[in-house]
Amino acid sequence: MNGQNKTLLTAKDYASDQEVRWCPGCGDYAILKTMTQVLSKLQLKKEDTVFISGIGCASRFPYYLDTYGFHTIHGRAPTVATGVKLSNPDLSVWVVTGDGDGLSIGGNHLLHLFRRNLDINVLLFNNEIYGLTKGQYSPTSRPKTISPSSPRGSIGSPVSPGKFAHGCGATFIARSIDTDKPSLSEVLERSHQHRGTALVEILQNCIVYNDKIFDDLSNKESENDRQLRLKHGMPLVFGSDLQYGLAISSSLELEIINAVKNPKRVLNHDETNANLAQMLLALDPIDYPVPIGVIYAVQKPIYEELFHQSGKHPFPRKQTVNSLIESGEIWEVTKS
Amino acid sequence: MHETITVRFAGDSGDGMQLLGNQFLVSSSRSGQNFMTFPDYPAEIRAPAGTTYGVSAYQIKIGDLSVSSPGDEVDVLVVFNPAALKTNLDTLKQGALILINEEAFGSRNLKRAGYKDHPLTNDSLSLFQTVALPITSQTGRALESLDLSKTEIARSKNFWVLGLILWMFDRDTKDTENWVTEKFSDALVVNANCLALKAGHAFGEINEIEQKIPRLNAETAKYPPGRYRGIRGSEALALGLIAASELANKALLFCSYPITPASPLLHSLSRQTECGVRTFQAEDEIAAIGAAIGASYAGIIGVTSSSGPGIALKTEALSLALSAELPLLVINSQRGGPSTGLPTKTEQSDLLQAVYGRNGDAPIPVIASQSPSDNFDAAIEAVRIAIEFMTPVMLLTDGYLANASEPWKLPDMDQYEKIISVPLKSSKGHSQANAYCRDPETFARPWVKPGDLGGMYRAGGLEKDFHSGNISYDPSNHQMITDMRTQKIIAIQDSIPLVELNEEELGREGLIISWGSTLGCIQEVMQDAKSLSVSHIHLRNINPLPKNLKGIALKFKWVLVPELNQGQLSKLLKAEIGIEVISYGKVQGLPFKVSEIVQKIHEQRIS
Repeated sequence: MNGQNKTLLTAKDYASDQEVRWCPGCGDYAILKTMTQVLSKLQLKKEDTVFISGIGCASRFPYYLDTYGFHTIHGRAPTVATGVKLSNPDLSVWVVTGDGDGLSIGGNHLLHLFRRNLDINVLLFNNEIYGLTKGQYSPTSRPKTISPSSPRGSIGSPVSPGKFAHGCGATFIARSIDTDKPSLSEVLERSHQHRGTALVEILQNCIVYNDKIFDDLSNKESENDRQLRLKHGMPLVFGSDLQYGLAISSSLELEIINAVKNPKRVLNHDETNANLAQMLLALDPIDYPVPIGVIYAVQKPIYEELFHQSGKHPFPRKQTVNSLIESGEIWEVTKS
Repeated sequence: MHETITVRFAGDSGDGMQLLGNQFLVSSSRSGQNFMTFPDYPAEIRAPAGTTYGVSAYQIKIGDLSVSSPGDEVDVLVVFNPAALKTNLDTLKQGALILINEEAFGSRNLKRAGYKDHPLTNDSLSLFQTVALPITSQTGRALESLDLSKTEIARSKNFWVLGLILWMFDRDTKDTENWVTEKFSDALVVNANCLALKAGHAFGEINEIEQKIPRLNAETAKYPPGRYRGIRGSEALALGLIAASELANKALLFCSYPITPASPLLHSLSRQTECGVRTFQAEDEIAAIGAAIGASYAGIIGVTSSSGPGIALKTEALSLALSAELPLLVINSQRGGPSTGLPTKTEQSDLLQAVYGRNGDAPIPVIASQSPSDNFDAAIEAVRIAIEFMTPVMLLTDGYLANASEPWKLPDMDQYEKIISVPLKSSKGHSQANAYCRDPETFARPWVKPGDLGGMYRAGGLEKDFHSGNISYDPSNHQMITDMRTQKIIAIQDSIPLVELNEEELGREGLIISWGSTLGCIQEVMQDAKSLSVSHIHLRNINPLPKNLKGIALKFKWVLVPELNQGQLSKLLKAEIGIEVISYGKVQGLPFKVSEIVQKIHEQRIS
C-alpha cells in the first residue's frame, strides 16, 4: 500500500454499524469506547483483528466492533480463539468474556489457555453477577450476595480471576475499571504488546443487578484510598496524599504502613516478580486497596510457536498424500 | 487346501496378541492371501493376569477373494492360558484345531479362569482337535543363552508361537526377522524375539515326523490388476483427511481429546507433520470441537474426532458450526453405549444421535464409512460436502473400522476432483458482496476468513438476518433460515449417487439395507444372493438418503435391515421415507456372523 494514501483509522472506524443493545448506563459502553480508541491508537488492521466471545452481556462485544468477530457459545470462547490462533498465528486475537462465562462454565478452558500461553488477549468483564439471565450470583459474587437464586445470601468463597490466572501459569495479569479510561487504555495496550496470554480483568458496573458494587473504587472521594495504582519500579503507595504504602511484615505478608514516615520500607512494584504478584492478587479488598494496572508480566515461550516449530509456514506441505499412500509394503498384480 | 482359514490368537492383554496377529497378517499378505482382521481387546490396559476379563484376542481370516469378514467360526485357535480358552470356546467351528500352552494350565490359572476340572484331562474339548504345547519352557530353552529374567523371557512367547504358525502355513521366518530388527531398538530384545521365532519354527519341523501338528494352507487371492497394500482403518482415515486437505488446497487442523476407540486416528495424524495437517490435543471434548470451529472460521479445515460419549459433549458446538454455516468434520468412532458402555466393542448405536441429536431444527449431513480402507474415500467425501455446502458433517465409523485391516487397492489421486468452496460475490439485489451471499443452488456461503479485506463479518450462534448476517429475531426471517437449512440437505441429496440395482437384482424377493461396518459380513452373505433371492443396498449416505431409495425398496416383498443396534436405521427409514422394514438388531459388542444374517433371510422366506 502506498504510504501517502494511507489514512489513519479513527476510533469511530472501529465501531460497527450495529445498534448497541446493552442497558443504558452499563459499564460495557465505556469499555467499548475505550477499546475502539485503543484500536485506533494501535492502528490495528481491522481485517487482521478478531474478537471472540462466549455468552453473556459482555460477549455481545464483537457485534459492535468493525473487525472480524465470533460470538460463540457459553464458556467456550478460549477454545475457538485457540483454534483461530493456531490456524493463523498472524492474527490479533481478543477473547471477551465475563465472570460467569469465563470462570464458571468456561473455567477449564481459561485454565488451559493460560497454561499454554498462546498470544491471545483475554478481557474478562467482572461485574460479580449474572446479568443476561437476570441477576443470579456468579462465581465472583461476594459472600452472602442476595440474588433470585440465593435469597438467603450466596454461600461459598468467590474466585479471584487474577489469582486463578496466576495459579494456572498466566504470563500477564492486569486489572482495570470500566470508567477509568487512562488506566484501561494503558492495560489494553500493554496486553496487546505482551507476547503470550494476557488477562485483563475489568471491574465493570452492572447498573441493573449489581449497581455500585465498585463505587468505592470509582468515585472521586474514595478512589485514591481504595485504588493501589501500579507502576513498574515505582513505590506501592496510595491515599489522597500517597500517605500509605505497602511493606513486608515480619510474618512475610503485605502490610499497610505510613509511607511518609517510613519511605524506605515501602516496596517498589516489580511486575516480573511472581511472589509479589501473588501477594498483590491475594490482598483482601475489605482491608486493603485494590491493585489497578499491570500486576504481573513475564516472557515465556508462546504456544503457537512451539506448536508450529517456528517454521516459516505453520502448515508445511512438503509431502504429498501419494508419497504416504505409497509408503507401505506394496504388491502389484499385473493380470488377474 | 482350504478356500479360507480363520485363525484366532487369545491370551492375556500383556501377552502380545495384537502384535502376533498383526505379524501373521503381514506374512499372509506377503504370501498372496486376502485377509480381514478383528482385533478384540479388553478396555483394561493390563487386567490381572489369567483373568477372563483380561483376555485379548486377534482374529484373522485369510484366503481367496471371498474373504470380506473376519470369519464367523474359528478354524485354528491359539490359547496362551485357561482364561483365553474359556472365553473363546464358543467362537470355534466343530473339529477346530486348538493349540494350547499347556504349561499355563496350572491350578492357579485354572482357578482364576473359573475352571473346576482341568479342561485338558476331561472330555470338554472332545469336539475339537487339541495340541498341547510346552510354549513357556520351549521359549525359555531357546533363550537360555541370553542374560534375561524369567519375565523378559516370557515376553517372547508370542514370537515362538508365530514361528510355529509360520511353519504350519509353510512359510519361513526371514521377513518377520527383518521386521523385528527394524522395529526394536534394543539388540537384546531383537535377539530374543528372533531366537524364539526360529525355535518355534524348528519345533514344528522336529515334530513333523510324529505328525502331531498339522500343516495348513489357504487359497491365495486372485486380485484384479492393480497395486495393493494392507491398511488399518485408522490409517486409511488419516490418509483420507490428508488427501482431502490436498484436494481442497487448505491446511487441516485435527483437534481431539483421547478416547477409545478414536485415539488411533489422533496417533496416526500426529506422526504426519509435513503434509499440511497438524494435530491439537485439547483439554476436553468441547475444547476439541471449539478449536476445530476456530480453525474453520480462520479458513482452514477443522476436524474433530471422538466416540459416543465425547460426541454427546460436542453437540452444542456442532449446532454453532451449523448456525454459523462453517465447514467442519466430526468423526464418530462408535462404540457400545449408552454412557461409558463397552469402550472397546463395536456398535452402530449413535446413528440417531448423529442425525437428530441437537437442539433446534438442526439437520447435518451424515456419512458412514463401510470398511477399513473405505475410511479413505469416506473422509474425502465428508470434507467435500462440508466445504462445498458450508456445513458441519458427521462421519460415522466404529471400533471395528478403526482397528481392522484389509488389503487396499491404491487410489489414483488424479481421479479425484478438487474441492472448491463458493467464491465471494454479490448476489441478486445486493450491491455489496458479503459473507452471507449464498450460492442459490447449494445454499453455501463464501468461506470468508479473518485476513480477507472483502466480506469482513461477525459470526455467531444467535439467529441472523438471511441476507446481512446481522442479529435478527424477525419471525419470518427465522422461518426462512430454518427452511434454508432443510433445503441445503435436499441440495446435498441431488449431489450424492443414486442407489443402483440391475434388472435381475430388482426381480429378487427380498432386499437387505445396511450401513457401516456390516458391509464385509453382508458381502459374504451375498455370495449366495441368487439362491437366497435377496439383493443388497449398503448406504454410504445416511442423511440425506439417496433420492431413489424409496422407489427401489418398494419393489421388494420384504426389506431386512440388519444393524448393530436396536433398529435405528429402521426407525430412520420409516420416519424419513415411510417404508416398512424388518429390523434385525444385535447388540453384543460383536460383529454379525454371516450365518446369523443367512438365518434371518431364511426366516423371511418361510414366512
